[in-house]
Amino acid sequence: MQLSKQLNLNKRQSTLLACIVLSIIVCAVVLTGFLYDEDRIASNLEVRNAAPSFDHFFGTDWLGRDMFSRTIMGLSLSIGVGLVGAIGSASISIILGVIAATMGKVADSIVTWLIDLFLSVPHLVSLILIAFAFGGGFKGIVFGIALTHWPSLARVIRSEVMQVRSLDFVQVSRKMGKSRWWIAKEHIMPHIVPQIIVGILLLFPHAILHEAAVTFLGLGLSPHEPAIGIILSESMRYLSVGMWWLAFFPGICLLIIVRMFDKIGDNLRMLIDPHHAHR
Amino acid sequence: MSILEVDNLSVSFKQYTSGLRQHTQEVISNLSMELVSGEILAVVGASGSGKSLLAHAILGILPSNAQTSGKIRFDGEVLTTKLQEQLRGKEIALVPQSVSFLDPLMRVGAQVRTSVRKGKAKEAQKKVFERYHLKEEVENMYPFQLSGGMARRILVSTAMVSGARVIIADEPTPGLDSVVIKEALTNFREFADQGCAVMLISHDIESALQVADKVAVFYGGTVLEIAPAENFEGNGDRLQHHYSKALWRALPQNDFTCEFKN
Amino acid sequence: MRWRFTRNLGIFLFWKAIKMASLLVAISFLSFLLVKQSPIDPIQAYVGADMLNVSPEQRERIEEYWGLNEPIMEQFWSWGSAILSGDLGTSMIYRLPVSEVIGERFINSIALMSTAWVLSGIIGFSMGVLAAMKKDTWIDRIIKWYCYTLASTPTFWMGLLLLIVFAVWLNWFPVGMGVPAGVLAEDVNIMDRIKHLILPALTLSIIGVANIALHTRQKLIEVLSSDYVVFARARGEKGFTLFWRHGLRNIALPAITLQFAAFSELFGGAVLAEQVFSYPGLGQATVEAGLRGDVPLLLGLVLFSAIFVFVGNLIADIIYRVVDPRTRKEQSYAAK
Repeated sequence: MQLSKQLNLNKRQSTLLACIVLSIIVCAVVLTGFLYDEDRIASNLEVRNAAPSFDHFFGTDWLGRDMFSRTIMGLSLSIGVGLVGAIGSASISIILGVIAATMGKVADSIVTWLIDLFLSVPHLVSLILIAFAFGGGFKGIVFGIALTHWPSLARVIRSEVMQVRSLDFVQVSRKMGKSRWWIAKEHIMPHIVPQIIVGILLLFPHAILHEAAVTFLGLGLSPHEPAIGIILSESMRYLSVGMWWLAFFPGICLLIIVRMFDKIGDNLRMLIDPHHAHR
Repeated sequence: MSILEVDNLSVSFKQYTSGLRQHTQEVISNLSMELVSGEILAVVGASGSGKSLLAHAILGILPSNAQTSGKIRFDGEVLTTKLQEQLRGKEIALVPQSVSFLDPLMRVGAQVRTSVRKGKAKEAQKKVFERYHLKEEVENMYPFQLSGGMARRILVSTAMVSGARVIIADEPTPGLDSVVIKEALTNFREFADQGCAVMLISHDIESALQVADKVAVFYGGTVLEIAPAENFEGNGDRLQHHYSKALWRALPQNDFTCEFKN
Repeated sequence: MRWRFTRNLGIFLFWKAIKMASLLVAISFLSFLLVKQSPIDPIQAYVGADMLNVSPEQRERIEEYWGLNEPIMEQFWSWGSAILSGDLGTSMIYRLPVSEVIGERFINSIALMSTAWVLSGIIGFSMGVLAAMKKDTWIDRIIKWYCYTLASTPTFWMGLLLLIVFAVWLNWFPVGMGVPAGVLAEDVNIMDRIKHLILPALTLSIIGVANIALHTRQKLIEVLSSDYVVFARARGEKGFTLFWRHGLRNIALPAITLQFAAFSELFGGAVLAEQVFSYPGLGQATVEAGLRGDVPLLLGLVLFSAIFVFVGNLIADIIYRVVDPRTRKEQSYAAK
């Protein structure tokens, strides 16, 4: 806030600035994670079980691997998996949401029933089931996230499209003989595209958290991958001997990343949503 | 005898216009008037011109971003925030606009009983229901079950049982049919006849004139003139202000017919 | 009027039951297809580490015993009709009937979940009320910030943190296991059970407050700026009386309903918390079944969790219909 006063920014500009800064941080984490090679986390038995220090910010594990590097690589992997899952999930919601809103009553009740179906089992249980069906690993987790996270966004898109379609100006355009495609392009898209973008952004945090959770349970990515969930579940064996840093730092980094995604999504919503836009 | 005096009252709001710039908007400026016991003062003006804020300012229930200046005296004593808190509901009662001012999840009988300040609540409520011809089972109804007329009578009841000496009625008649309006206005006349001072805020000059003793014409955040109700007659020549005349002539039975006569 | 209300509630329950039945059938079918296409070998799950000693003939006999070599639809039919007669099959890893495993685990889980459910409900509700009453002050800002942060916190990591602080550093609690290791189930006393319950319940409660607190805050802010609160203030009500009379009345019902509708998240949270603290509940059984390929148990748990979530939603709906005078009376008017 102080900063925005000094730079003489208004609410909109500072929100935008915050979004850009957060996005840069997230991109940096992802890129660094991908660019690191295996050497960064090679085991070095001379510095086993070291507490955090200037050499190793997050300490080292029982094989002497640098926990900071492992965390960055884990985050980058988790974000990547979350991203793919969230995009898959968003595609399902867009298709089903639009079908429900535009293709008549029967289609609508089928989609509504499907939404109820997927909401009727706890997310984590369906994730475990789907991961099991795919025999674990990357494929299982991505399909799991894509198949479990779409209902809420599909609901939003369905009601948005329905609402826009019933608005006076759309009705007038229709009576004036405009084509369906024209109405979709000129009236409906401008309303729902921002909603979809925000919806996807708000899906990420959930997707990332669930990826980490399923991997932590041992049903997600394989133990050889440097994922956050793996790091945390391995750390459990060493907690009782007092190696708290193994769990603390990776977890809090995951928390911060998830919170950032949440914040970006929320800020963008404020910029897009007409009710907030003028504050 | 005057009970409530409003002296040079101004109400303004702080608002953000664009970005971080703050802007003060004056809604009521330099308004003066007095309420006399046994009389009805009608405050008339266009809808949305800030008349309700006058009522809220007297009661001290304005939103927190509002600022007031000027003085309000009750029985000769200057109303401070603290005094306002004590007098609210006890000496000064509000009769609000519509049923939305009743708690939707509380039985209306209970809501009337919470307004009683002296004596037994239950008895007072029974008496007031009888007086306003509300059946006994109404007591156990919820606000959404009331008809427009019943809601009106419940709202008046809350003021009646409070034993207040000043009654402020804020747009008590919109959206009601003429029978109910007539009934509501009669209720206010009764208040005045008992010795209360009544302030009747309304945009409906025609119905207000049926019972008011004096009319304050509200425009642009202040009172243009306070005229006895008798002055509103004929072409409105006895009214001083252009706006008052225009308001009077705009009524269907006045200017409409006048124009055709000319 | 009362009769009409009862009849309406009956119709409502009837439709709910039909919907539930249709969802359960669909869930069973989908889950069955999913587990059948899993590359994880169910025979290996059954046999376990002795897999190397199993000859092809023995393998065939096991397959026959479990009906694994029949066409998939036939397998589904025989499984489905067994379920309808109340037989969920036999768990491969526990070698016990699935219903028995679920029943025993459920008692452990219900202790955990109900503690967390009540705690998070009460604390979250109070936090929301406090934030709304002190809107825009530092208290409000702290509560909001805390809730948003909690919403981004991985449940299992919160569990690990509590484990580090209370079990490892302070040594107040055992590091894991629902009952002390090496003690027979009958010998476990109630104190032991409570001791093992506290940390997982705390984990679930800490995470669980966020949703209800934010929702209550929003709702109370709306109520406080409503016409009827303005009128109540005009009648001289203020402070706690005002909140008690008009605030609480109008926000309690949505909060309770929300809490019942959150059974799904509660179950998910329990899976993670139970895993972190090795608490022998349904969640841990789900993970075990998934990891070790215990198909009958996994399917049973999926169905059970669906019923659990459905019951929560159903209670929420019924509470609204029975308690809220508006929906209660409107139905009887509509039926006239």
